[in-house]
Amino acid sequence: MLTDLTITAAAGALRRGDFTARELTQAHVDAVAALNPRLNAFITVTSERALEQAEAADAALAAGEAGVLAGIPLAIKDLFCTAGVRTTAGSRILEHFVPPYESSVTANLLRDGAVFLGKANLDEFAMGSSNMTSAFGRVENPWKRVGDAEAMLVPGGSSGGSAAAVAARLVMGATGTDTGGSIRQPAAFCGLAGIKPTYGRCSRWGVVAFASSLDQPGPFARTVGDCALLLGSMAGFDAKDSTSVDLAVPDFAAACRRGVAGLRIGVPREYRADAMPEAMERLWRQGLQWLRDAGAAIVDVSLPHTKYGLATYYIVAPAEASSNLARYDGVRFGRREDGHDLTELYERTRAAGFGAEVQRRIMIGTYVLSAGYYDAYYLRAQKVRALILRDFTEAFGQVDALLTPTAPTAAFAQGEKMDDPIAMYLNDVFTVPASMAGVPAMSVPGGLDAQGLPLGLQVIGRPYDEETVFAVSQVIEDAAGFSAMPAIRAGVAA
Amino acid sequence: MSYTIEGATGIWEIVCGLEVHAQVISRSKLFSGAATDFGSAPNTQVSFVDAAFPGMLPVLNEECVAQAVRTGLGLNAQINLTSRFDRKNYFYADLPSGYQISQFAHPIVGRGEVEIELADGSTRQIGVTRLHLEQDAGKSLHDQDPARSFIDFNRCGVALMEIVSEPDIRTPEEAGAYLRKLRTVLRYLGTCDGNMDEGSMRADVNVSVRHAGEAFRTRCEVKNVNSIRFVMLAIEAEARRQVEVWESGGEVVQETRLFDPARQATRSMRSKEDAHDYRYFPDPDLLPLVLDQGWVEGLRAGLPELPDAKRARFVRDYKLPAYDAGVLVAEQSTADFFETVARGRDARLAANWITGDFFAALNRTGRTIETSPVPAGDLGALLDLLGDGTINGRIAKEVFEAMVETGAAPGEIVERRGLRQVTDTGAIDAAVDAVLAANPDKLAEYRGGKDKLFGFFVGQVMKAMEGKGNPGLVNEALRGRLAS
Amino acid sequence: MSLDPATVRRIAKLARIRVEAGDVGRLQGELNDILGWIETLSEVDVSGVAPLTGGAQIVLRLRADEVTDGGMAEAVLANAPDRVGAFFTVPKVVE
Repeated sequence: MLTDLTITAAAGALRRGDFTARELTQAHVDAVAALNPRLNAFITVTSERALEQAEAADAALAAGEAGVLAGIPLAIKDLFCTAGVRTTAGSRILEHFVPPYESSVTANLLRDGAVFLGKANLDEFAMGSSNMTSAFGRVENPWKRVGDAEAMLVPGGSSGGSAAAVAARLVMGATGTDTGGSIRQPAAFCGLAGIKPTYGRCSRWGVVAFASSLDQPGPFARTVGDCALLLGSMAGFDAKDSTSVDLAVPDFAAACRRGVAGLRIGVPREYRADAMPEAMERLWRQGLQWLRDAGAAIVDVSLPHTKYGLATYYIVAPAEASSNLARYDGVRFGRREDGHDLTELYERTRAAGFGAEVQRRIMIGTYVLSAGYYDAYYLRAQKVRALILRDFTEAFGQVDALLTPTAPTAAFAQGEKMDDPIAMYLNDVFTVPASMAGVPAMSVPGGLDAQGLPLGLQVIGRPYDEETVFAVSQVIEDAAGFSAMPAIRAGVAA
Repeated sequence: MSYTIEGATGIWEIVCGLEVHAQVISRSKLFSGAATDFGSAPNTQVSFVDAAFPGMLPVLNEECVAQAVRTGLGLNAQINLTSRFDRKNYFYADLPSGYQISQFAHPIVGRGEVEIELADGSTRQIGVTRLHLEQDAGKSLHDQDPARSFIDFNRCGVALMEIVSEPDIRTPEEAGAYLRKLRTVLRYLGTCDGNMDEGSMRADVNVSVRHAGEAFRTRCEVKNVNSIRFVMLAIEAEARRQVEVWESGGEVVQETRLFDPARQATRSMRSKEDAHDYRYFPDPDLLPLVLDQGWVEGLRAGLPELPDAKRARFVRDYKLPAYDAGVLVAEQSTADFFETVARGRDARLAANWITGDFFAALNRTGRTIETSPVPAGDLGALLDLLGDGTINGRIAKEVFEAMVETGAAPGEIVERRGLRQVTDTGAIDAAVDAVLAANPDKLAEYRGGKDKLFGFFVGQVMKAMEGKGNPGLVNEALRGRLAS
Repeated sequence: MSLDPATVRRIAKLARIRVEAGDVGRLQGELNDILGWIETLSEVDVSGVAPLTGGAQIVLRLRADEVTDGGMAEAVLANAPDRVGAFFTVPKVVE
């Protein structure tokens, strides 16, 4: 089936003329039409535009001028502004917002010929780990527990729509953004590869901001190699983003073939959750064995401030968000609720426009920055953040990469953990430290748990050394031979 | 110079500090590529960054940084090689992002000072606490519609320098002198045009009062005063109000106030009252600003001569009185004009002409030095004609007025109107003889001892010669004839 | 540090989010749970540690002073919920 191909395979086939980009896109358009009503992976579907882009890709392929992603159907997280296409950030407050500009990352993908099938669902303003906070409805994880066709699982979050769409074969790859795990955790929950590159590797220009010092775009795909292709297109210096790093984009695909012989892989002893399932523990040990078998040395390391990562994150991210989201005030764009004066207009607009979780985080962020509390919360969190970075810096003095679980558990069911924000936040316990430190980290599927749900391993690398992350991830992918497929996917009646 | 308010309970002294917002001269905004021109059609100088659209990011303008550093150097201030931008969070209609990017904890410029000169000739140093870069806000129009305010973001994001003084100012006069001096320095540096009418320089005035020797009492901030005169009036009005509050047993409350020039009084600005909690934190979209010492030195080397140094040089090299030198250096263009005129000529004469007839002519015609009908070269040529005896002093004034009226060169006017000074002693003698012959009675009085009539005879001779007689020769000829 | 209802209302006011009187108690509980949990940071010894302010360990780049943007009032106004001519509008502000 066309929809089961990898990007790498499809790109080769398109160049050989095995099929056209139009045919490839049509197959995915049909899959979206068939399955999106159930999965709700897309907020906005742009089939017509996609087919036009596919035809342009066919023309470019015929002319021998095709970019590396010519004709490859992708989903774009609805946090990336897309010129002329509604961009909602999963929020009522931007329900009808049509940006007149294209984000730098999506512009790079378009430059390379990619086809955009639509805007993928997400937690509102990327605040969530389950995709339950989207104003446009929850997303269903296409995976099912063995023997339980009823329970609807979450795809993870915040880039849950992107992950569900790639897993269900509605697209071949997708963009996500990762602030505290929003690419890696949904990748793990949906059996995908997904990488959060080093902070500064992908431009944030045109990406709706959640927490500016943490937000980082990255790709999802069904293989490590496909992620390498996508990231190679998405990444690159952008003068419009002051935090973008002016470094050449390496050949990530080539890095995937490096192997791990001679590498030192660290096992951080603090990455153990209290109730981590045995299957996760086993997979972690297995992952280390695969790397040892491929010639890597395994080294125990300590990241002593790991356990403070989440608390630090839940100060820093809401603080930045409280400020970043102040612009949604009903004056220049977005939803507006009238008021008899300016303050009432603001208060009613923002109460109606933001969902409960976003409001909660704005309030927390406002509080931790407010007079009298700044030092105790925000300033202290920034210091702990410095210690977390120091942990990584010291570990990377001994090892080339770290291997950890991506999340403490496999995907949970919709409705679980909803009453307890903190239980929900704990999903990010293993992903947040790399975000705080700004270092690259990738989730790669390693196997299934007892219920048949995918589990992910996380590979963390040195700043700007995504190449080693890809090399390690590729070895795991090859060794794991992960071939399970979700119950709900293109061509399979759900 | 002391200035105090005499209250019922004693003598009160004013304590004042100024926060001046000076719009940086730059082509584009502090963090966006939109233009900064004044008076453009609404919302035409707005980028998506300025209007705070989703996903938009700030990128710092190098020239604005350079302008802030130049200003810091011009104020003899500490340049901080590492500074940082913070967000000042508050909601307002003219603030699209809900925060102003400013420098709170780590400004680009630290302590400096400004020397002011007062009417009695004394000077004082006013401390500058800091200078930082920040964004201007947009503009609200409140009078266009009964129910709505209209918002124009053209000015939003234009770079401002906030220059904060120490509470060193004790009188309205000092405040005026400080602002004038600051404006002069900014104009010399080319970092701000100092135009208060267009709002490119505005002042927030912090005022408190105290009895001499006391610690500071509670201060109030009078916001956005837009002329030097109003600043002086606002200080006076606010100080009087505070004295009344204290003396009536009340307590001055720290608050933001507005100056109403019509009533010459300040009033509380309630819209700014709620929630003074700006939640400053480092802007995560911007990294620390790190300057290279060599780059700063390059800017220092490129600074123009500043007014204090120029005045000292004028006194030293041109032997001008300090007061005249001060007048001439108040504007760079005046100083340049003077130097063009004075070069190779009698500098004091040049200074007298410029501060006298020339300024009077500008005033009368409503022109500025830039649009003056008399260019510096022409005024110099006039002084040359005077110096080489082509014309006399009286005719020079006549020629100058003709220059103002017609814009013609002085030589041309002298020739066309036949204003050359008469030095032919024959013609002068003839005129003297004619005058003496026509005034036998006056001549008799003079000879009878009424010496004062000498001036009368000079005047009559000059009149007869249509003012063109060489005054020295006329005097000499008269003296000879009267003595014989 | 624990929030009282007045503080919840003050934060909501600062954040310009309308909170109905009946929701203050619920919010107070939720926010206090989260604050109690992030309180664990107080046990970290941060003496002598310089705060880490940003994600990128580089210094700020500067751009040349050129006019490269603006001149598109229509595009800027296109998403406005309310406008008059080339102005955005808000309920009348009294200063």
